Amino acid sequence: MNFTLKVWRQKDSGDPGHFETYPVTGILEDMSFLEMFDVLNERLIVEGKDPVAFDHDCREGICGMCSMYINGRAHGPMKATTTCQLFMRHFRDGETIVVEPWRAAPFPVVRDLVVDRSAFDRIIEAGGFISVNTGNAVDANTIPVEKDRAEAAFAAAACIGCGACAAACINSSALLFVASKVAHLSMLPQGFAERRSRVVQMVAQMDREGFGSCSNTRACEAECPKEISYSNIAKLNLEYLRASLSPQGPVVQKK
Amino acid sequence: MELDAKIPPGPLDQKWVTYKSNCRLVNPSNKRKLEVIVVGTGLAGASAAASLAELGYQVKAFCFQDSPRRAHSIAAQGGINAAKNYQNDGDSVYRLFYDTVKGGDYRSREANVYRLAETSSAIIDQCVAQGVPFAREYGGLLSNRSFGGVQVQRTFYAAGQTGQQLLLGAYSALERQVALGQVTMHSRHEMMDLVVIDGKARGIIARNLITGALERHFGHAVLLCSGGYGNVFYLSTNAMGSNVTAAWKAYRRGSWFANPCYTQIHPTCIPVSGDHQSKLTLMSESLRNDGRIWVPRKPGDTRSPNLIPDEERDYYLERRYPAFGNLVPRDVASRAAKERCDEGFGVGPTGQSVFLDFMDATARYGRAEAHQRQMDAPTEEQVLDLGRELIREKYGNLFDMYARITGENPYLTPMRIYPAVHYTMGGLWVDYELMTTVPGLFALGECNFSDHGANRLGASALMQGLADGYFVIPYTLGNYLAGEIGTKTVPVSDPAFTAGEKAVEDHLNRLMAIRGKYSVDHFHKALGKIMWDQCGMARNQKGLEQAISGIRALREEFWKEVRIPGNSRELNPELEKAGRVADFLELGELTCVDALHRRESCGGHFREEYQTIEGEALRDDAHFCYVGAWEWKESAEPILHRETLEFEVMHPTQRNYK
Repeated sequence: MNFTLKVWRQKDSGDPGHFETYPVTGILEDMSFLEMFDVLNERLIVEGKDPVAFDHDCREGICGMCSMYINGRAHGPMKATTTCQLFMRHFRDGETIVVEPWRAAPFPVVRDLVVDRSAFDRIIEAGGFISVNTGNAVDANTIPVEKDRAEAAFAAAACIGCGACAAACINSSALLFVASKVAHLSMLPQGFAERRSRVVQMVAQMDREGFGSCSNTRACEAECPKEISYSNIAKLNLEYLRASLSPQGPVVQKK
Repeated sequence: MELDAKIPPGPLDQKWVTYKSNCRLVNPSNKRKLEVIVVGTGLAGASAAASLAELGYQVKAFCFQDSPRRAHSIAAQGGINAAKNYQNDGDSVYRLFYDTVKGGDYRSREANVYRLAETSSAIIDQCVAQGVPFAREYGGLLSNRSFGGVQVQRTFYAAGQTGQQLLLGAYSALERQVALGQVTMHSRHEMMDLVVIDGKARGIIARNLITGALERHFGHAVLLCSGGYGNVFYLSTNAMGSNVTAAWKAYRRGSWFANPCYTQIHPTCIPVSGDHQSKLTLMSESLRNDGRIWVPRKPGDTRSPNLIPDEERDYYLERRYPAFGNLVPRDVASRAAKERCDEGFGVGPTGQSVFLDFMDATARYGRAEAHQRQMDAPTEEQVLDLGRELIREKYGNLFDMYARITGENPYLTPMRIYPAVHYTMGGLWVDYELMTTVPGLFALGECNFSDHGANRLGASALMQGLADGYFVIPYTLGNYLAGEIGTKTVPVSDPAFTAGEKAVEDHLNRLMAIRGKYSVDHFHKALGKIMWDQCGMARNQKGLEQAISGIRALREEFWKEVRIPGNSRELNPELEKAGRVADFLELGELTCVDALHRRESCGGHFREEYQTIEGEALRDDAHFCYVGAWEWKESAEPILHRETLEFEVMHPTQRNYK
């Protein structure tokens, strides 16, 4: 198979960046999208040119590191699929494929297709945890958790933190990412104690990072490689409301 | 120097209890003044960093990924063992210990394994308290399944994403400590060297991967939690970035490297499809609970698997190992698959794969479900449809992944699988306290050698990483640091740091200056081919000798002909890879040297010269019942040191899974 790639090249965060066109030939349909980039980079290196920088690690769709905006869609055309799990059989022979980095102001470009997603770590720091020191735990079967509740918590916790939701959103909202963590922890009895402070602090940090608001286009859900449900945002809103209306007011944990 | 494992005295089940009661403690005001470096943020690193920060130590954590949450523990699918005996099926700490030592083919240290089994239960408690959403039964209690090599159900799991959920738990604990100012997190940083002052580990030189700048970091102790070295084979189930560099630099600074030849080839991976392949994908071993492995009885049978009748199929694991069947340990299952393929019975376009068939399980689940739904005389198709629903519930994400990668539908046709490099049991030698031969340098998780002997059982890696990080190092590090409370922070202007940084800079400049003809991947692939062909599932003297000279020649060529674009003061993924491959080119040789010296077969190390008539691994306990720890020598052969393994409780016998 042969393709024409239009790839975003940007030396560093200060460089305005531009598209570069590369024909790639002899691609097999069993190759992954990133393996096609390996082929391209191998050629660029041998020709003495700069290879395209892109983030990737596990290449099995779970680490959340890969992050390409392909033909105008986060992680490309396939539903429920990360970039690394796209295979060239999913594309038409001869197609022109446009590849860009995540597009969201809070994810500044580091180089080419690599962006800085440390904002997500800072949102988790703001409250995406249960405060339990090692050694404090009671026996794991002390508190039964309804099976469906545990499964719903798991479904929310399956988020890989790739940032596709924010990249796909017209407002660069990270609400699906935040909601998945809020929903996961607030559905489990172990997470009840901190549910008011958690949601308030995480949303505040999200705002500080410059992510936009949700305007219900559901692009996040459509592009999420782990199919995190948009209904988690409703859960977040409910949690936020509950925290705001609580007689004690929204609790903020002291650091 | 003598290898002293510092195993506490007393009966096996009292050693850890005794140790915990007698180890030295550091008082809270002193903990605040002590700095600890943690390299790697997988299960071992994140759990250690979080737990030590909770105790009040000042922790600096490093990972090469853009976030600590992406460490490769995230990809572990199957589960985590714990001796909870929630299923009342006769499990106990002793049985978990027993299975692990036996599974490791009697090449692990009894005291370490017993401690691992002892702490396993607390890991599950801790993880549930953190909000890890393990699978549950209708009554709301935790669910278990069984895993390869054992006969009880002691594996806890979260669908096929157990590693992800455990790591996110440890990551959340870590981020909480970052917010509290107890941990300073350095993402996109790679450890380039260890700094040793007066014989003790005192810090690291790290490279900021974004700017390329070299940084000096002091620590009263350094913890390596940097994972395994499976990528020495190029193709493995490891992440692309997984590497041996941190451990290798430590080896070159005096930390001995133990049992590098113990590498695990996992039986259930998606087969290689072509030369372009950049990595291999594991299909969780849990699939062996319901899938039956077979090949056609006729060599070269190219019929569609569904058209091959049962009597023309060879369910070779069930045939050879009736007691354990498809649940034999990984090394046994992998070798059996290789044996069938080598004999010409392999299937698929390359002949290098076997079938993993879910049809029987689908029908069985379907019948049970039809019965529950009180369906009268359901048709075969109805039964299979119901069965597929249940299979989807249990293994849906794995089946989806298989379909996406291969383009085949595993609900309708059997999966094709083949063994692939997955885990490395060898690693830095550590004593009972997880300290290496360099005082103040500790190694946790896959990067040490300690608990799995010559073969790791399924669902034990997650257990070991978290045991080391949550429940072992908080005690043993304290015991060491209690003697360091008088040690002042060494300023990074110290000559040892200056020299360390200079050495790294020279190394990078040397790499950049080569400007040869071939990419880093070119050399990495060539190394991988040598390793897989000569030091893979089966090894022999001649092949290993060829491999050693082949690797030496390749290494020489690498240092003449590798081409790295760009420069060292920028984000340069090719330079990162080059540094890692340079280390793999040295480790590959040591792995072969170790495999050559070990003239026996045990666990994942199978020497063709040493096998029983039935083709099973033949150990030589009289001569090789020891840990082989290698000491690095500048421009000379490495020196082998032996730690004799004493079995007080277990009696090494030939493993029997028949």
